Amino acid sequence: MQTITRQTLLDKAVSLLNSGAVTCVLGWKKGEFDYDITPAIFRSAEDLEANFVWNDFCGANFSKYLVAKTDRLDGKMLVFLKPCDTYSFNQLLTEHRFDREKVYAVGIPCEGMADIAKIKAITGDGISSIACDEKISVTTLYADAPVVIDSKDVLLERCENCKSKKHVAYDELLCEEGETIDSNRFDEVARLEAMTPDERFAFWQNELSRCIRCNACRDACPACTCEKCVFDNPKSGVENKAPANSFEEKLFHIIRAYHVAGRCTDCGECSRVCPQNIPLHLLNRKFIKDINEFYGEYQAGEEVGSRAPLVNYTQDDIEPGDVFNRGGDNNA
Amino acid sequence: MRKCSLDKLDLVFAEIAKNAELYLPVDGSDGGAVYQKWTEGTKRSEKLNTVKSPKDFFFPQTEDLMAFKTEGKSIDVIDTRKAAEDFVVFGVRACDVKAFDVLDRVFMVEPQDSYYTTKREHGVIIALACNKPSETCFCKTFGIDPKEPMGDISAWETDSEIFFKANNEKGEALLSKLSGLLADCADDAADAQKEKIDAIMDKLPLKGLTTEGFGGGKTEELFNRPEWAELSESCLGCGTCTFVCPTCQCYDIKDFNTGNGVLRYRCWDSCMYSDFTKMAHGNNRLTQKERFRQRFMHKLVYYPENNDGLFSCVGCGRCLAKCPISMNIAKVMKKMGGKASE
Repeated sequence: MQTITRQTLLDKAVSLLNSGAVTCVLGWKKGEFDYDITPAIFRSAEDLEANFVWNDFCGANFSKYLVAKTDRLDGKMLVFLKPCDTYSFNQLLTEHRFDREKVYAVGIPCEGMADIAKIKAITGDGISSIACDEKISVTTLYADAPVVIDSKDVLLERCENCKSKKHVAYDELLCEEGETIDSNRFDEVARLEAMTPDERFAFWQNELSRCIRCNACRDACPACTCEKCVFDNPKSGVENKAPANSFEEKLFHIIRAYHVAGRCTDCGECSRVCPQNIPLHLLNRKFIKDINEFYGEYQAGEEVGSRAPLVNYTQDDIEPGDVFNRGGDNNA
Repeated sequence: MRKCSLDKLDLVFAEIAKNAELYLPVDGSDGGAVYQKWTEGTKRSEKLNTVKSPKDFFFPQTEDLMAFKTEGKSIDVIDTRKAAEDFVVFGVRACDVKAFDVLDRVFMVEPQDSYYTTKREHGVIIALACNKPSETCFCKTFGIDPKEPMGDISAWETDSEIFFKANNEKGEALLSKLSGLLADCADDAADAQKEKIDAIMDKLPLKGLTTEGFGGGKTEELFNRPEWAELSESCLGCGTCTFVCPTCQCYDIKDFNTGNGVLRYRCWDSCMYSDFTKMAHGNNRLTQKERFRQRFMHKLVYYPENNDGLFSCVGCGRCLAKCPISMNIAKVMKKMGGKASE
């Protein structure tokens, strides 16, 4: 469960809105069920009172919305940021993608967000209500009694492997300053690295063959903010709405991972939104792990304006030959 | 009506598979159900429905139309179609069967789409009643009854038995081949199961969702409504809703340069994409609001206007489950349409 309450966030939003400090609020809007929450812009206290929600299903990272939604905004937008969201926030500022002056960022604590797929794997389908108190209590159409689940057992993958409880950007923080966490987020990458090339190929073949090229990963990705993506440009020659062949199918995600390498903060939105449950974050984490190993620890978005290793030449940089010589099985 | 015990179902599958490829939902490695070819030992998924819809059988995401090969100054046009083989799909839900009606009205009117039509002619659909509908289900809104799935053959399943009923000659032909495995039974044999389904349908959270306010002739009334801006405000513009949808039918035709020729293929397109309907003069849908509006106006107004009132949503709930921002047709209908009746 979350340590901060909906009421605290609501009071903060309403008071900032009523005082005129902000003209609108980027927050989570309740849906038809207890888990289908939509990012929304609230412009009145009444709308906030009626529809604003904060619970274990507020996974969406709002940082990317700031690019489009503050572009022609009069006044400031209040945005609630969980710790991981603040890294994307800083990375976007580093890339000059939105005007910091138009945003009032309120840092909020996060105890990890729930994965509805994991909940359904336990409770089955037909959920009639979910209560997020100390534990998650799920009532279904088919079980006589509610199923009570420990929220730690149904976290989104990225929250299981949370890398930081620290807010690296905010105007106001509604909790104690958090710490970065020694997570196990590279364990799965190490497991893939330990595979033979054939095993690894088979792993990705199985995963990527499910891709339906809906572009949800790209469209949710805070590092993908090109105004016109090359894959949407009919003149680019690579604008394909579906992979033309299996070679293309494999390459789309790898190209995207290259494109965001060094800029990806590992926010995990790509895997969270994938309708086919492809663990896309593993591609990005492979790059992050390699960058850490080759250039020293680097966390994208930790500071505004930091020079990422891949765009910051130094004479001590690793030589391409050294990367190659690291050994066949490590060079996937 | 005919029946067999559930533990004999594998024998039925084996018998079907002797004469035609048989596909059915199985659990994929990621936990989602997916249609897969049956072979000895294949385990049927217990999930309510597949992540992708069975429209792929007739209208796959990519399909080669023809190829061109150049040699010197000559160009060969190559027919890439393969001879169609008979196939059987088991376990299609009532909503998805109804979706074939929606697609048929697009692809099988003159001029007929031969790629689609050929596959429709060769496919036999065994539809299965839904014992455990999901909270995301709202097929009844569109007049679909999950306990009476159509298709060439309808099937009902209890804890111990499965019942089959042929709805047409194609279905009868298949059932007659299975006569050694199936026993005749009364036409009301599945009625107890049907009652159970009805009882659950009454408890579904979206049971009151109504089509009131939508349908042919509503363009003027709905097109400029201010709610579109709010509904579409956080739409990412991805194609998830359109690609998991059993009725979305828009496609693009692309030429793929193979080096010494061209492979002309079609692939699903999405009205959510920025270059959809791009024309010589540019694009008439400049923002996501207009693209978003198009999708729902098409399903709820334009399509029924041109198809005797038939809506092109079947309430399968896939978009409710899969939209990255949880915005969907149920929310649109509640906001823009008539109030739900309790």
